Amino acid sequence: MSDTNLTPAPIDWMALLPIIGVTATGVIAMIIEMIRPRQTNNAIVWCCLIGLGVSAYFVLANWSRPAEETFGGLFMNDRFGQVTQLLLIGVAFITVLFSEGYLREKRVPFGEYYPLVLWSTVGGMIMVATRDLLILFLGLEVLSIALYVLAGLKSGEKRSQEAALKYFLLGAFASGFMLYGIALIYGATGTTHVTGIGELYALRETLVDRYPFNVLYAGIGMVTVGFAFKAALVPFHMWTPDVYHGAPTSVTGFMAAGSKIAAFAALIRFLDGAMDLSSVWLPVLTVLAVLTMFLGNLVALVQRDAKRILAYSSIAHAGYLLVAVIAYSKAQGMFDVEIGYGTVIYYLLAYGAMTLGSFAVLSLTARGGREGTLLEDFHGLWRRAPFPAAMMLIFMASLAGVPLTGGFVGKLLIFKDAIAVDMLWLALVLAVNSVISVFYYLRIVLAIVVREPDLHPTRFAAVNPGLFAACGICGFLLIWIAVAVDPFMKWISPPEQHAIELRESPPESSVE
Amino acid sequence: MEGIPLAAYLSLGAVMFAIGALGVVIRRNPIVIFMCIELMLNAANLTFLAFARYHETPLSRIIDPNDTYMTGQMAVIFVMAVAAAEVAIGLGIIMAIFRSREEIDVDKLNLLRG
Repeated sequence: MSDTNLTPAPIDWMALLPIIGVTATGVIAMIIEMIRPRQTNNAIVWCCLIGLGVSAYFVLANWSRPAEETFGGLFMNDRFGQVTQLLLIGVAFITVLFSEGYLREKRVPFGEYYPLVLWSTVGGMIMVATRDLLILFLGLEVLSIALYVLAGLKSGEKRSQEAALKYFLLGAFASGFMLYGIALIYGATGTTHVTGIGELYALRETLVDRYPFNVLYAGIGMVTVGFAFKAALVPFHMWTPDVYHGAPTSVTGFMAAGSKIAAFAALIRFLDGAMDLSSVWLPVLTVLAVLTMFLGNLVALVQRDAKRILAYSSIAHAGYLLVAVIAYSKAQGMFDVEIGYGTVIYYLLAYGAMTLGSFAVLSLTARGGREGTLLEDFHGLWRRAPFPAAMMLIFMASLAGVPLTGGFVGKLLIFKDAIAVDMLWLALVLAVNSVISVFYYLRIVLAIVVREPDLHPTRFAAVNPGLFAACGICGFLLIWIAVAVDPFMKWISPPEQHAIELRESPPESSVE
Repeated sequence: MEGIPLAAYLSLGAVMFAIGALGVVIRRNPIVIFMCIELMLNAANLTFLAFARYHETPLSRIIDPNDTYMTGQMAVIFVMAVAAAEVAIGLGIIMAIFRSREEIDVDKLNLLRG
């Protein structure tokens, strides 16, 4: 590992290109912000969209390469990382697409918004593509610090300030926990790489009996607490509704989708490393999943504010995702069950599309610097903006799990996985919660489609092409992944599995 | 290693971390809360350094001890940089709030609830 000669190990720059691409786009956008004419942000928006497209192309250029670690084990280039990076780039793309109109109506037309969104995305992309805990922490901080600023973007508005402060204090608190956990894991194993945990476990027979595995357990526990904060799992969720409510709506959408994708992908990477100890942490995660699903759904029932309803719904969806993660982890220890990360990725994509899309539609109530987010404020939306309202129906149907939508197929996949690993009761909890959730999604649908404004008609912002496109893309994605489940799952599965399937398929074709 | 045992450093780190975590929960001034968070990060730093200095682990047969030694020290530099960035952002947010409300008690920041 550490040769005394000073030639560094060869670095695979190709694998890093997506991250470099997004970072550089952010820098260019910042420069345009400084030299542009003051009226519009259009040049910045176009620059960001093109840069994100190019970065997505870079990800696809790495697509068929074998999984390997570069940068001395700091950067993992595999299909899982590539797919999640692609998801994050997509989330940033759609956020940039619908933000401009909203920011102008909200009277915060700051060009700095776009570089911050991109750099936050970079943090997420680093998180999902590393198995080194220290780099993971670094990525998490890059993701979060940009989001703290974005949450307080409308600095004159008290709600926005309050959201920024709450998010900042609780986020920093959580990263303190995570960091201390990393320090303990490092102390037990001597490395910050997650594979060290498995290697230490493999040596357990040869160790003197007093070796402090407790240090390792404590470390894993504290890192999990850090993740639970980021992914908004009960009982570490209390910041979520307040921050989602107070932050500007486009930021909320980005935060809800992007930060959850990054947190869950990184959580899987971490748990993969700690898989040998799964008998310790699986019961804890199971309890968290049940609490998260029930609390998210039950509290959402009594909310009156559309953004808060969606915030609690996002907590509930974190619970569903955790069930998928538990099924995936449990299957690793069973000989007869094979469950890949496909379900988690599928649900993350569906969740990202429906959450981002619904926040895009909610952003329509911002007008002239004011924004009402109570359910009453959405009365009559479908008359004023039929297309976004129609898309909102798809998003709500998908969130509630109505058949023929991505959300339904995702829940079905999780349900099947949970049954496959003998956790029927957990699958039933998921199903019950899914039914509960229909009620509050129905209230949003009623507010938008059925109810008429009573006294003063609400004035909505004009639908701009960006928002139109963002809703359209999200709606199309949700239907498309529901129809084309198998091709999609095959596309995201690692190339090794492809090879096996290809080897198996020729006999079949010869029979035909 | 002669002199101060590893356990002493780890205990100091754990106590600092506990004081910091407790402070975040019970104090009401955001700046003090923020100081407590810094205390937690520094407790992690101290733990990293202590482990780096006493770098014998069962994995020392697989991992080069020099790597272990460097990782812990490098981690501290990283964390210090991250903490500095957090200070810049955090104090900015607190300043923005103080300017518009003239007080920063977290109990009085209660517009968002339900």
